[in-house]
Amino acid sequence: MSRTLARSRTGTGAGRLAGTLAGTGVLVRLGLRRDRWLLPLWIAGFALMAYSTAAAGAELYPDAANRVAASTALNATASMVALFGRIYDPASLGALSLIKYTAFMTAILAVLMVVLTIRHTRGDEESGRLELLGGGRLGRDAPLVSALAISFATSILTGLLSAGALAVGGLPGSGSLAFGLGWAATGMAYSAVAAVAAQLTASARAATGFSIGVIAVTYGLRAVGDLAEPGPSVWSWLSPIGWNQQIRAYAGDHWWVLSLPLTLCAALVPVAFFLRSQRDLGAGLRDERPGPARGHLSGVLALAVRLQYRVLAAWCVAFVLFGVVIGSLVGNVADFLSSPGAQDLMRALGGPQALTDAFLAAEISIMGVTAAAYGISAANHLRSEEAAGHTEALLGTATTRIRWASSHYAVALAGVALLQLLTGVSIGIGAASAVNDAELVARSAVAALAQIPAAWVLTSAALAVFGWVPRMAGGVWVLLLGLIALGEFGVLWNAPEWLMDLSPFRHTPLLPVDAEAVPALVALTAAAALLGALGYAGWRRRDLAA
Amino acid sequence: MTGVVKRFGSVTALDGLDFSVAEGEVHGFLGPNGSGKSTTLRLLLGMLRANSGSIRVLGLDPWHDVATLHRRLAYVPGDVAIWPNLTGGEVIDLLGRLQGGQDRARRDLLLQTFDLDPTKKSRTYSKGNRQKVALVAALATDAELFLLDEPTSGLDPLMEDAFRGCVRELRGQGRTVLLSSHILSEAEALSDRVSIIRAGRVVESGPLAQLRHLTRTAVTADVARVPPGLDLLPGVHDVVVTDHRVTAQVDPAGLAPFLQALTAAGLEALTSQPPTLEDLFLRHYGPAGSFESARL
Repeated sequence: MSRTLARSRTGTGAGRLAGTLAGTGVLVRLGLRRDRWLLPLWIAGFALMAYSTAAAGAELYPDAANRVAASTALNATASMVALFGRIYDPASLGALSLIKYTAFMTAILAVLMVVLTIRHTRGDEESGRLELLGGGRLGRDAPLVSALAISFATSILTGLLSAGALAVGGLPGSGSLAFGLGWAATGMAYSAVAAVAAQLTASARAATGFSIGVIAVTYGLRAVGDLAEPGPSVWSWLSPIGWNQQIRAYAGDHWWVLSLPLTLCAALVPVAFFLRSQRDLGAGLRDERPGPARGHLSGVLALAVRLQYRVLAAWCVAFVLFGVVIGSLVGNVADFLSSPGAQDLMRALGGPQALTDAFLAAEISIMGVTAAAYGISAANHLRSEEAAGHTEALLGTATTRIRWASSHYAVALAGVALLQLLTGVSIGIGAASAVNDAELVARSAVAALAQIPAAWVLTSAALAVFGWVPRMAGGVWVLLLGLIALGEFGVLWNAPEWLMDLSPFRHTPLLPVDAEAVPALVALTAAAALLGALGYAGWRRRDLAA
Repeated sequence: MTGVVKRFGSVTALDGLDFSVAEGEVHGFLGPNGSGKSTTLRLLLGMLRANSGSIRVLGLDPWHDVATLHRRLAYVPGDVAIWPNLTGGEVIDLLGRLQGGQDRARRDLLLQTFDLDPTKKSRTYSKGNRQKVALVAALATDAELFLLDEPTSGLDPLMEDAFRGCVRELRGQGRTVLLSSHILSEAEALSDRVSIIRAGRVVESGPLAQLRHLTRTAVTADVARVPPGLDLLPGVHDVVVTDHRVTAQVDPAGLAPFLQALTAAGLEALTSQPPTLEDLFLRHYGPAGSFESARL
């Protein structure tokens, strides 16, 4: 580093560049030290998942006839195509086995890359850690360079190791490489998206929210594109997740598509550096404006609403847009019926009504899981407020612990309910206008509301973790991801029945929701209440973390 | 507080702390960094739970009677953290309301006294300004007891002065103030009594005058000719002479004869530094961890 500095003092162009990068190596090492558990676990986790899926696929679909039948059925099911995409070579074992990985797990990978990138950029900046380090010999661009270096390396390692795991699992080497490189390139592209988002807002939470919003929108775009007949339409080509599908690993290996996410990455990274050079440390792009001299917040609940309403409003807008788009895709379900083989399948499933229901149920349950993610993030305000030291100021007043904890918990629970209500109504409106059936509004609204208790269980789990092991607040996310993975792949992995039954989402009724669903909903609500009470009990007993 | 023990994992933060504050006094709570001052205050507020010992604040149990107790006290945390996207004014009003009401006129007067712009977002405040937000919010309430954890950290000397004025005013109104600090002169200027905490125990407690014997002034003087026998004067310690410069540590009682001797020797320049708490600790309690053996 001393050599870097010596060069920077010479004042040449190259010297100035080295100056803005001074300390990058130190930051990379520090970042790797902080994430020494997280990164290996998640890279190994993805590789392990890839391996087990490849190995299980060979057993599930021993011969070509088997695979063609399964692929044709999947391609003919609108909800599956909307969620996971199409299989472009029905006879390909790899394309069939990895159908849930090309779009769905890619989106999860993208979320992780966003979290990682924001954590090392805006997160450190907001907490003041970068300022502490910046006092040392640290160039202006060093934090961004080191964060991107860690994110890119993680993407590439995840991709390469997964490619190796797939090949070891028995899939063709060339397709495995195409698939792994797809993950690497897509992970890099979304890291770059997060790097840009981190420059826009002064809050890490907002930057993460924005980036995850981008993932959700691009996921939606490809769903629309994949459902078009014959897919994929131009919408898929507007989405990096769509590109990942169009690499068509094991189904032709379109290598050139890899250049799209890499080009996007190469285009976004300079934008991030440019934006960084236009602002001060700690600031967003907008200057702070003065606010009111007098406050009208009446209490801790008003404060919690004030701290959370913007994020909740953004979620609401996203849910409504997503709901209307997804709902309107019901119209495409009818198109699927004309494809050969689908007629039999439709009859087997119980007629066109059942097919529409299955489609809507699949979409609504995805939104239910997403609402649970909102609930967790809202309830985790408890932890972030405590860690930031804000809670100390409040508990120094006449506010009791329970009242304060209830404020954010209440916002989380109410937010989940609001999101599901909006989901149900907007999916219903989208679907009703697509097929001219007004009854669908009430039908999907009820189905969406039935998702609330399961999401509340996860929200309350966040409170329980906060009450007893506050340092593990991030663990609730691992729990949610684990439940999602279990739900999607549990059968494939031969997971025991009791383990899969632990997931609240498994007990949530699907369409049509009728009186039979009531006991399950009551039980889920009771489980949520129990977890909440547990959380309160722990929070009442423990020390405030300083 | 009697016999209070507080452990964090394997670390013992408070090791049998005994400590009391009389009604209506300003009590200085002194100790170096990490000695357990903030832990003590958080215990008094029910934010932490003691492993053993008993704590009463205004006759109440701070762990169980949070709401009733906190309505009667005001707290300024040592490390003031407030919401970056709220303005200072909003934070002050919120905390005041949660406290059960604050005096509007007094709030505005305090804002003027401390020269704080309440329309700025907290994100843009410096450490000192965040400190002012917490001070205004606390001082504008009608509390009986004020718990102030290093309240002047980050304040400039002018503001420190304003703060001292406020504390004297509180004292005049018969309110009780517990003021933690690691700056001896601050406690000296304000306190009726002080307690000195070290490694989780109170090692000295009493009126400041009683503790005066513990403090020495560091004097550096340039003289025309160095008089002999300076180190024999009563209350003068650690005399070091280099050329025409004399440095020494002098007890309060020894200051007058020492200065007379220097003046007689042709005093050319003089600097004196008030004793710091760190000096005090080094001298009386030895290096960290060994106060038991080194205690006078």
